[in-house]
Amino acid sequence: MSTRADAGTLASASDAAARQPRDGVQPPSRGGRPARSSARTKARIAELAFLVPALVYLVLFFGYPVVKNLLMGFQEYTTKTFFTGEAPFVGLDNYTAVLGSSLFDKALLNTVLFTAGSILGQFVIGLAIAVFFRRSFPLNNVLRALLLLPWLVPLIASAAVWRWILDTDYGALNRALQLLPFIDGNPAWLTSTSLALIAVIGVNIWLGIPFNATILYGGLQEIPEELYEAGALDGATGWRAFRHITWPLLRPVVTVVLVLGVVYTLKVLDIILGLTNGGPANSTQTIATLSYVRSFKEFDFGQGAALGNVLVLLSLLFAVVYLRLNRKAVDE
Amino acid sequence: MCPMARRRVLKTTLAASAALLLPLTLAACGGGSDEASGTGGDAGTLTIQDYYNDDPGKTVWEGVYNACAEAAGVEIDVVHVPGSDLISKVLQQAQSKTMPDVLMLDNPDLQQIAASGALADLEQFDVSTDGYAEGIVQASTYDGKLYGLQPITNSIALFYNKQLLADAGIQPPTTWDELKTASAALTKDGKYGLALSAINTYEGTWQFLPFFWSAGGDEKDINTPEAAQALQLWVDMFQAGSISQSAVNWTQADVNDQFKAGNAAMMVNGPWQFPSLAESGVDYGVVPIPAPTAGAPTVSPLGGETWTVPETGNPDKQAKAAEIIKCINSDDNQLLLAEENNTVPTKTAIAEQYGATNPAVKGFADLVPDLRARTGELGEEWPAAATKIYTAVQEALVGGKSPEQALADAQNG
Repeated sequence: MSTRADAGTLASASDAAARQPRDGVQPPSRGGRPARSSARTKARIAELAFLVPALVYLVLFFGYPVVKNLLMGFQEYTTKTFFTGEAPFVGLDNYTAVLGSSLFDKALLNTVLFTAGSILGQFVIGLAIAVFFRRSFPLNNVLRALLLLPWLVPLIASAAVWRWILDTDYGALNRALQLLPFIDGNPAWLTSTSLALIAVIGVNIWLGIPFNATILYGGLQEIPEELYEAGALDGATGWRAFRHITWPLLRPVVTVVLVLGVVYTLKVLDIILGLTNGGPANSTQTIATLSYVRSFKEFDFGQGAALGNVLVLLSLLFAVVYLRLNRKAVDE
Repeated sequence: MCPMARRRVLKTTLAASAALLLPLTLAACGGGSDEASGTGGDAGTLTIQDYYNDDPGKTVWEGVYNACAEAAGVEIDVVHVPGSDLISKVLQQAQSKTMPDVLMLDNPDLQQIAASGALADLEQFDVSTDGYAEGIVQASTYDGKLYGLQPITNSIALFYNKQLLADAGIQPPTTWDELKTASAALTKDGKYGLALSAINTYEGTWQFLPFFWSAGGDEKDINTPEAAQALQLWVDMFQAGSISQSAVNWTQADVNDQFKAGNAAMMVNGPWQFPSLAESGVDYGVVPIPAPTAGAPTVSPLGGETWTVPETGNPDKQAKAAEIIKCINSDDNQLLLAEENNTVPTKTAIAEQYGATNPAVKGFADLVPDLRARTGELGEEWPAAATKIYTAVQEALVGGKSPEQALADAQNG
């Protein structure tokens, strides 16, 4: 049904496209004007018809939630709202409440530390692994496939395993550390306010390495081998080859990896909820987890949405600033 | 030059749309399926919604539902929802007008849901509260009206490993001082004296309540010397190393696992752990939570679920639903449910009779007349107070604040 309709529009569109240049060469004095404009309108409609499915999809699944989230930030939601459907507009009340709360500063700082730490770790290790796998050696393919494992394990399961590994008294990590001569006592990875954020960042790095390594490896494959050969003749090998050949040519891929990575990391929720639930004493509470707590634990969707909007703003800000900086660097 | 510029634009668009995707994942969680519809089906079929997902509880409850439905002459459709999802599910159902006909709620949640107007006043169906313990009725009453009826209840107490205490020559503690010395003495060989849940959820608050209330703390204002005293007790035991620091991340199920594995000599937990403890083969005893001083009463929190009739707009079905709730709460069913679920009946006379014949739960049965409802004072404002309490507990245990400071900060938000 739909394919036939598509075929129809397709035919009329190509028809119109084919007619247009012919109309163009005809002299206008022969009353060709109405014919040409009607053909143009037809082509225009056909063009729009092509856009409709994509537009409908975007408006429905991207536009509506974004607008709804923006509006919700200015509304007061309580459990009563669900029954009565009444959510009065309260201006900036949600934003004053959210930004004025003593938790916000902490959550913002944690969000920045979590994102920066995760991205740095994921990217550096991911890049190192990608470069390493460019060489050919036995079992290269098998090992590269194994690298994807963290991606394949359901997050809830890996969070549970990590919780066990990082347990203070009976965890595998502390058992292993005890074998070392210079470690004294059991670090409380997930339950001390000074270590919990570091532990959560560590787990998130582990989780993000496959993504970074895979995309960067793909980018490395695009760099022609001859360049390295030519570089080697001029004495550029090892680090110098990386610095002057690999890095500049990898730049576009790096941009994509970093922008996507930051956006994905800013909104990380499941891994933190699974490991520490934002604790202990809010030491791993980020804006994303706080938004979740406000919305789905306290059912204050107004404040939850306000926090969500702060996050959107943060990632937009990052994307714009980063792309600006990057453009400047490329232009130079 | 031209393709370069176009690629740049494309990249910017990509990045911007990636940034815009962000709130969707958060917003998307709000949606969800609504497979269980109470208003569908013929007039003779009622939907019952609870969170009893696991056996043996699931089978026991379904047996009671079926018997009650038969007595009321209706067909039923039972829906089990995961416990942590129940409230968000109920709110969705309230929004889409697809509430079940009979709804189970954890008792501290009732007031919040009743306040939204989603529940029917049970008095119009001649539901009587005669013979029930006062705390039970209070928990199911909002604004002077009865919205729920609770057949069985539970609370928390101190479980101890008989072998480990006997080896150390220690009697089960009855006061805070005894609790402190006993836990310290039992902490050795990589094992802890006491396990409890100090997690940053309502579960952590629930575990702290018997200490908080028994000391004279009050949820209206947690910034009091009495509350600080209770918190000081926990801080002392944490700092002495008698409780593992991991307790700030433990649920009550985790606490039970520690106790079963022999990693803790004592634990604070509830009677719903009896079946799993019996399976593990640990020889254990149960005593009330120690009181601040000898002879002082222990105030324990009221646990368990209450049964409600949502406003579905179908009076016939509501009347039938009320009939089922009355049946679930009948004397016989209270006894049956209590026995099968290791909990305690909520009618004081039946609780007494039950305690006399079931020594294992006698400690809990004795508590029934004095159990305190979490929503008794604050009603629908309880969740906010509960959040303050667990926040203060965590700040004092691992956040480096003194109990007084932690309570003051939490109270002032």
